[in-house]
Amino acid sequence: MRTRRLPILSGALALAALTALGGCGHSILDPKGAIGLQEKVLILTSTYVMLLIVVPVIVLTLWFAWRYREGGPGRYQPDWGHSVRIEIFCWGIPCLMIAYLGYLTWTTTHTLDPYKPLASANRPVTIEAVALNWKWLFIYPDQGIATINEVAFPTDTPVNFKITSDTVMNSLFIPELGSQIFAMAGMKTQLHLIANQQGIFPGMSANYSGRGFSDMHFNAIATTKAKFADWVANARKAGVTLDAADYAKYAAPEEKAPVQYFSAVEPNLFNDIIAKYLGKANSLHSGLGE
Amino acid sequence: MLGRLTMSDIPYDQPIIMGAGGFMALVGAVVLGAITYYRKWSYLWSEWITSVDHKRIGVMYIIVALVMLLRGFSDAILMRSQQMMAHGGAPGFLPPHHYDQIFTAHGTIMIFFMAMPFMIGLMNIAVPLQIGARDVAFPFMNSLSFWLTAVGAMLVNVSLVIGEFGQTGWLAYPPLSELKFSPGVGVDYYIWSLQLTGIGTLLTGINFFVTIVKMRAPGMTWMRMPIFTWTILCTAILIMAAFPILTVTFGLLSLDRYLGMHFFTNELGGNQMMYVNLIWAWGHPEVYILILPAFGVFSEVVPTFSQKRLFGYGAMVYATVSITVLSFVVWLHHFFTMGSGANVNAFFGITTMIIAIPTGVKIFNWLFTMYRGRIQFTAPMLWTLGFMITFTIGGMTGVLLALPGNDWVLHNSLFLVAHFHNVIIGGVLFGYLAGFAYWFPKSFGFKLHDGWGKASFWFWLSGFYVAFTPLYVLGFLGMTRRMNHYDNPAWTPYLMVAFAGALLVTCGISCQIIQLYVSIRDRHLNTDVTGDPWNGRTLEWSTSSPPPIYNFAVLPHVDALDAFNETKKRGHEARETPVYSDIHMPKNTPAGFIMSVFAGLMGFALIWHMWVFAIIGFVGIFATFIIRSCSDDHDYYISAAEVACIEALHDSRVASLELTHVA
Amino acid sequence: MSPDSLVAHHGEFAEDHSHEPNNVFGFWLYLMTDCILFATLFAAFAVSRHQYAGDVSGRDIFSLRYVGVETALLLISSSTYGFAMINAYQHKLPAVVAWLCVTFLLGAGFVGMEVNEFHHLVAEGHGPDHSAFLSAFFTLVGTHGLHVTCGLIWMLTLIVQMTVMKKGLSTVYLNRLMCLSLFWHFLDIVWICVFTLVYLMGVQ
Repeated sequence: MRTRRLPILSGALALAALTALGGCGHSILDPKGAIGLQEKVLILTSTYVMLLIVVPVIVLTLWFAWRYREGGPGRYQPDWGHSVRIEIFCWGIPCLMIAYLGYLTWTTTHTLDPYKPLASANRPVTIEAVALNWKWLFIYPDQGIATINEVAFPTDTPVNFKITSDTVMNSLFIPELGSQIFAMAGMKTQLHLIANQQGIFPGMSANYSGRGFSDMHFNAIATTKAKFADWVANARKAGVTLDAADYAKYAAPEEKAPVQYFSAVEPNLFNDIIAKYLGKANSLHSGLGE
Repeated sequence: MLGRLTMSDIPYDQPIIMGAGGFMALVGAVVLGAITYYRKWSYLWSEWITSVDHKRIGVMYIIVALVMLLRGFSDAILMRSQQMMAHGGAPGFLPPHHYDQIFTAHGTIMIFFMAMPFMIGLMNIAVPLQIGARDVAFPFMNSLSFWLTAVGAMLVNVSLVIGEFGQTGWLAYPPLSELKFSPGVGVDYYIWSLQLTGIGTLLTGINFFVTIVKMRAPGMTWMRMPIFTWTILCTAILIMAAFPILTVTFGLLSLDRYLGMHFFTNELGGNQMMYVNLIWAWGHPEVYILILPAFGVFSEVVPTFSQKRLFGYGAMVYATVSITVLSFVVWLHHFFTMGSGANVNAFFGITTMIIAIPTGVKIFNWLFTMYRGRIQFTAPMLWTLGFMITFTIGGMTGVLLALPGNDWVLHNSLFLVAHFHNVIIGGVLFGYLAGFAYWFPKSFGFKLHDGWGKASFWFWLSGFYVAFTPLYVLGFLGMTRRMNHYDNPAWTPYLMVAFAGALLVTCGISCQIIQLYVSIRDRHLNTDVTGDPWNGRTLEWSTSSPPPIYNFAVLPHVDALDAFNETKKRGHEARETPVYSDIHMPKNTPAGFIMSVFAGLMGFALIWHMWVFAIIGFVGIFATFIIRSCSDDHDYYISAAEVACIEALHDSRVASLELTHVA
Repeated sequence: MSPDSLVAHHGEFAEDHSHEPNNVFGFWLYLMTDCILFATLFAAFAVSRHQYAGDVSGRDIFSLRYVGVETALLLISSSTYGFAMINAYQHKLPAVVAWLCVTFLLGAGFVGMEVNEFHHLVAEGHGPDHSAFLSAFFTLVGTHGLHVTCGLIWMLTLIVQMTVMKKGLSTVYLNRLMCLSLFWHFLDIVWICVFTLVYLMGVQ
């Protein structure tokens, strides 16, 4: 119900903002997936609702300042400082707005929860993302391949990211697809995204992680099922494998790391990366949000 | 003996750093030389350094704030230039090692060493006068607070030339700030400079809470307190509740770094999100520690220059108090991207928005204070009007970010950077600058040049919009914060505009410097004879400018809100000869200064692992305190005759000046 | 003119620049901030208390009997301090000093036992750098111990000032004794929380 009403509410108004920003490429106001689209609508809706108050306040400020200037036409009442009617207005208007926005917050936080798997007829692709200094390692457990600094998936197919870090905190973010989630060592976080258009979308770490942070970006390729299969097959031909012994070599700090494919990957590598921070005994806490 | 400090820690190869350091040394040398030349050392020592007078301490706080504003703003210019230049493969002129220090230092300096000292300076100058007190509750502690802050600021500046500053961002999130990823001294400089100033701030919080609760003039009930005093009371509560958390958080981080503990490390059970939770449990109240006093300033400025009483005084008080309470239940909105459950995120999103209600009420109240007023467009009033418009927009983008669904795409983006600059420049800084212009004549006895003040305002306002509107757009374009270089050509034009905005702000700051110079040069033309240059409403305007050391010869008696305005309305019937009595005053003491010097020595030694000096510093702090506690000679009396003499002198000066003005 | 006559002269609201009532109130506020400091440390301990990282747990290292004696020392020292205060209000300086000395010895015994406990743990290879649990344990208990140590130094200073320096039991010193009294009892309360949350719940 709601998701349908939102676009109607703001569709027309969104147009103006879109023409201003959408044309610049890679904007979160020009999303390429369902999650990003809903978030764009949410941004615009909440903005317009607030503008209903913000614009009058700005106009009133300027108008009062002009009208009641010294020597101006306004009436002067130096001892007037209280009016129940105006006070009700002062508290009531913000309350009404926040009541609506609070409702919007509650519903959208649940519908857009990054941990919520996306419903789709297509079988989701699972990608395990590991933040390293200063590059991203992507593991495809189902396909048995891995890559550095490039990720691909078919369109209209839910992508289930499982995220961790083997270094400091980072944040996995593909702006045109929507939400981001932190990558933290010893913890597993999740992010569910989907691309509904083909394209190459820039991805990045959105949380500063040190010297090489600025080059810690990657391309996310959303493509057809067939081309995705080709991409996987191409990776399989890479001839380089990623096993536990080699991992340390690839995980070493590196700036401007080039794209790299691994034709095979140590099974369970992702969980091992998390587990090595959990100490020798007990403590199976993984991810604060789980 | 010297720990890990060697000659190679001085970055000779960095022309920008050495240039800045050389410039600072030059300015320092000129100042010290001038003091020596004019033989002002003993005056400086006895009247300022050892002073426990809240008015003097307030002035010193603001001097620190203004100096650090220049330092922090230079960092901003460097960042804007770097981001404008470093695109499409060009590295710009700042390598990451230097650039990362700059944005870390910029944030740290602007919050801890610009905004905080500015705010504390204003409250030192205004609060005791507003409540009709002769000093703060603990004058010695006040001096200690100031010097701890000053020493902390010194440490930050020393880090420029000796060693390095942190490269972690202004909140030093671990594990990046842990020894494993930041083995240098940068994070240690960060920790110790902030620990010292943090303790100073905590003492200030206690001091002003006791002052306001215990030392108000007779008759000044809670609901007769000026709003600025109310906001400072709430700020003091926030400081007392929030700063211990900061002390512990930095303490735990130091234990990790110095003793190899595992609070926030990746390994052995450490939990980085505990740090993030703790730092924001301090950090969000800190935002309100900064903005509430600014709200207080506006609540003084608007009625004064609208020549009308404040609309909805009660609502203002309740709004302030509810913001104080709410500020402690919103911290999680700084990391919606952590992966909390939807219920948790939604809860913190909604509590955050609820703060918009009392804030909105305040905006409406200022609006209706102007309504049916007679508005004089002085510089403080312009800052206020600029604030009301800018802050409303900043509040809107804030609520926008409070929706987790929006935050997931805008978190850590330049949109966020634009938002908090929108509320901190457009709210906090405009407020403090309004307060600066408003109370300046009270401190010095002459007004600031209004024209240069207005010019400064217009440059700041336009500069702000030109600099930060592009950053809002860049946030939508997916540009994240703290980037040293980038390869998206679409971002460059916006960053060029933002740089132009920074240049406009430079003009604004230049106007302020010129304003100070012109005002001091022409102080005889702007002399405030009466002590009440703005036709003020609260008690601070009832005494002379600058006030005598004891503030009030006879303590005022308050029987209404806007006490001084009521007195003026009743006419000067109180012209009968006042009866003076002996006034009990605290003596100046060097103890606060000496303790802080030892604290600075300890901090510097700990940063460089010079354990001997650290112990000397540590013992010195306690020894100074104990030695001071052995003496009972902390106060003195100004005799009634002397008070009469000072007052008569003032009266005759007023009379003669009034005469010359009439002539 | 004495401070008392000044107050009388100014009436009820006159600010009393001897600041003594403000001192006690201000110190009480400081204790509240200290309370938040400890609360934060307790929170950090609660987060880390099961993060043993393969090293020891509370059950392996705590001896309730040992800690019981420690606790008894501190609690008794609180009562002896109380006796010192009763005598202080009766202006019996020798008795005050005697009770303070007893309190000091008990407090020193507490700190000594704690240092001994820490020393043993480190010597046996369970130092604070071995797991988050141990970090939090050493930090929380150690911070309390540092506070007690500061209290001891303060107590010693007061004893010397009142006797050797002949300051006696003036209003100023009564107020200082009062502040230290607040501090000392506060540390007792904190210790009860430490004992319950760290030791009693730790051995379960």
